[in-house]
Amino acid sequence: MKILVAIKRVVDYNIKVGIKTDGSNVDIDGIKMSANPFDENAIEQAIRLKEQGKADEIVAVSIGSSANQDVLRHALAMGVDRALLVEHDAEVQSLEVAKLLQSVAEKEQPDLIILGKQAVDDDAGQAGQMLAAILNYPQGTFASELTIENGEAIVTREIDGGTETLALQLPAVVTADLRLNDPRFVKLPNLMQARKKPIETLSASELISELTPRLSLIKVAEPPQRKAGIKVDTVDALLQQLRTKEGIAL
Amino acid sequence: MTTLVLAEHNGQQIHNEVRHAVSAAQHWGQPVHLLVVGYQSEQIANQAAAIDGVSLVLHTDAQQFAHPLAEDVSKLIDTLVADYQVILAAHSSFSRNVLPRVAALADVAMISDVLEIQTDNRYVRAIYAGNVHTTIQSRDAKQILTVRGSKFSAADLNGQAEITDITAPEAFTKTRWLSESRIETDRPALNSAKVVVSGGRSLGSAEKFDALLNPLAEKLGAALGATRAAVDAGYAPNEIQVGQTGVTVAPELYFAVGVSGAVQHTAGMKDSRIVVAINQDPDAPIFQVADYGLVADLFDAVPTLTNALS
Ligand SMILES: Cc1cc2nc3c(=O)[nH]c(=O)nc-3n(C[C@H](O)[C@H](O)[C@H](O)COP(=O)(O)OP(=O)(O)OC[C@H]3O[C@@H](n4cnc5c(N)ncnc54)[C@H](O)[C@@H]3O)c2cc1C
Ligand SMILES: Nc1ncnc2c1ncn2[C@@H]1O[C@H](COP(=O)(O)O)[C@@H](O)[C@H]1O
Repeated sequence: MKILVAIKRVVDYNIKVGIKTDGSNVDIDGIKMSANPFDENAIEQAIRLKEQGKADEIVAVSIGSSANQDVLRHALAMGVDRALLVEHDAEVQSLEVAKLLQSVAEKEQPDLIILGKQAVDDDAGQAGQMLAAILNYPQGTFASELTIENGEAIVTREIDGGTETLALQLPAVVTADLRLNDPRFVKLPNLMQARKKPIETLSASELISELTPRLSLIKVAEPPQRKAGIKVDTVDALLQQLRTKEGIAL
Repeated sequence: MTTLVLAEHNGQQIHNEVRHAVSAAQHWGQPVHLLVVGYQSEQIANQAAAIDGVSLVLHTDAQQFAHPLAEDVSKLIDTLVADYQVILAAHSSFSRNVLPRVAALADVAMISDVLEIQTDNRYVRAIYAGNVHTTIQSRDAKQILTVRGSKFSAADLNGQAEITDITAPEAFTKTRWLSESRIETDRPALNSAKVVVSGGRSLGSAEKFDALLNPLAEKLGAALGATRAAVDAGYAPNEIQVGQTGVTVAPELYFAVGVSGAVQHTAGMKDSRIVVAINQDPDAPIFQVADYGLVADLFDAVPTLTNALS
C-alpha cells in the first residue's frame, strides 16, 4: 500500500504573527516556519502504518516555493520514503491545494491520502474534504484513530459531543486531528541523512493551468482586544464584583 | 435566487446554532430555505419550520441518513446546488465535514467560520488562532460558508414554514458507518451554555478534575470545558476541549481554572462576556484576557468558591 501525505509550511505555532503597518497582510518576513502541526500527525501515522507492515511506501508532498524543501526534509528525517515539491510561488487556497493534490494523486496512485485537519495559519480546514470530493473518495475527517483492516481504513472521528467510527474503502482521504498520535522527534543523524536525499520537483502550472485564488485579501487587522481587567485578592472579593458590579445572581 | 441553510440536529432536537445560522442567512435578503437530512426525522423538520425567517423546509428522510455521512449529504446538496446562490451552516464538526465537500463539487472556494458578513461578498474571519482578523472577498458567483453562531443573533421561533419532502440520491457505498460514542450529560451543551468552567493541566488528574470542577459547574449550571493539555493528559474528554482546534464558546461567564492562556486556548473563549481566571502565577497570560483575575492556588480557591455559592 502506498500513502501520500500533504504537508503545508506555516508560521511556527509558537510565534505570534504581526501585521504590516499598512494592514495589507500579516508580516511574516524572516519568521520561523515549520510543518503544520496536524501534518506532522499525518506523517507520524503514515510511518506507523508502514512500521506495522500495512504500508510499503510513503510519499510526502508540499505545495509552495523552493523554501518548502525544509518541511519536506523534516518529513524525510521523520521517515517518509520520497518527497515531492509542487512548486508554486504565489499563495494557494484550499480549493487549489485540493486540485493540485488530485493531479499528484493521479500520477502517484496512492491507496491512502492523509492531510492535516486544518492549517494553523488560515484555519480553513477544507483541503482534505475538497480533495475527497473531486476524487469521489470516501473521507474520514478529524481522525483520532486510524488503522488498516482487511483493506479498509477504519477511522475514529472527533465529532461534537463524542466520536464516530467509519470504515472507508480504499483509496480514501483521511485528515488528522492532533489526538491521532504524538509525532516522533527527529534525530540529528536522520536530519543529516535527509539533507542528502533528493526532492522531486513538479511545477504547479504544469499540473493545472488555471490557478487563481478565488478569495482576495482586502485587509488584515488586530482583533478587538478585551479591556484590561482587574485582579482580586480573595474569593469573596471576586463574588462581590460578579454580584454587584456585573449583576450576576450567584 | 435563494439561500440554503444546512440544519444540524442530534436525531431528537435541532441544534440551537441553526437559529443563528438562519439570522446570518438574512443578510442576502433572499428567501431562506432550511435543509433537514435525517431518518425518521419528522419532528426535526417541524422544529425547523418554526424558525422565523425560513420560507421553506426541504426534508429528506432516508435510512442512509440515520448517521449522515459527508459523502451522502454532499451528494444530496449537489443535486440542489443550482437553485441556490448562498449555502451556509453554523460552524460545527458536521458542517465542517460536509460543506467543503459540497464546495469542491460546485467548484466554489469556501469560507470557514465567518465572524461578520459585509456587502459585496466580503467577510471577516479569524486566522492564526484568532490573532489576526482578515477581510476577504469572494469572487465566486456562489457563496458557500460556515458562520460562527455566537456572532449572529438567534432567530425567533414563531415561524410556520412549509415543509416539502425531497428524495435522496442513491447512497454512497464506499463508506460504512460503524459506531459512535457520545458522552451522556445533564449539563448544558458546551457551545450554547450560559456559564462554562474550564480546567487546565494543573488539576493534576482526572479524579481531581472531576472532584474540583464538577461541584462548581453543578452549582453554576455550567458546562465543563478543558484545555488541550488537560485533554492530552487524560483528565477530560476531547469533546470538551476549548480553543483553536476544539470548541469555540462565548458564554455570559467563563471560568478559566489553572489555565495558562495560550493563544490556541483563548482563540476559543475570548468572546465570552465575562472571563474569570484563577491561576497561581500572577504573570500567566490568561490574566490579559480576564475581567477578574484571582491569583491563588486553585486547590484552595475552587472549593472556597463552590462553598460560597448559594
Ligand atoms: C496546533 C495546536 C493547536 C492547539 N489547540 C489548542 C486548543 O484548541 N485548546 C487548547 O486549550 N490548547 C490548544 N493547544 C495547546 C496550547 O498551546 C497550550 O499548550 C495549552 O492550552 C496549555 O494548557 P494548560 O493551560 O492547561 O497548561 P499549562 O500551559 O501547563 O498551564 C497550566 C497553568 O496552571 C497554573 N497552575 C499550576 N498549578 C496551579 C495551582 N495549583 N493553582 C492555580 N494555578 C495553577 C500555571 O501557573 C499555568 O499557568 C494547541 C497547540 C497546538 C500546537
Ligand atoms: N500548500 C500546501 N501544501 C501541501 N499541503 C497542504 C497545503 N495547504 C494545505 N495542505 C494540506 O491541507 C490540510 C488542510 O489545510 P487547510 O484547508 O488550509 O486548513 C493541511 O493540514 C495540509 O495537509
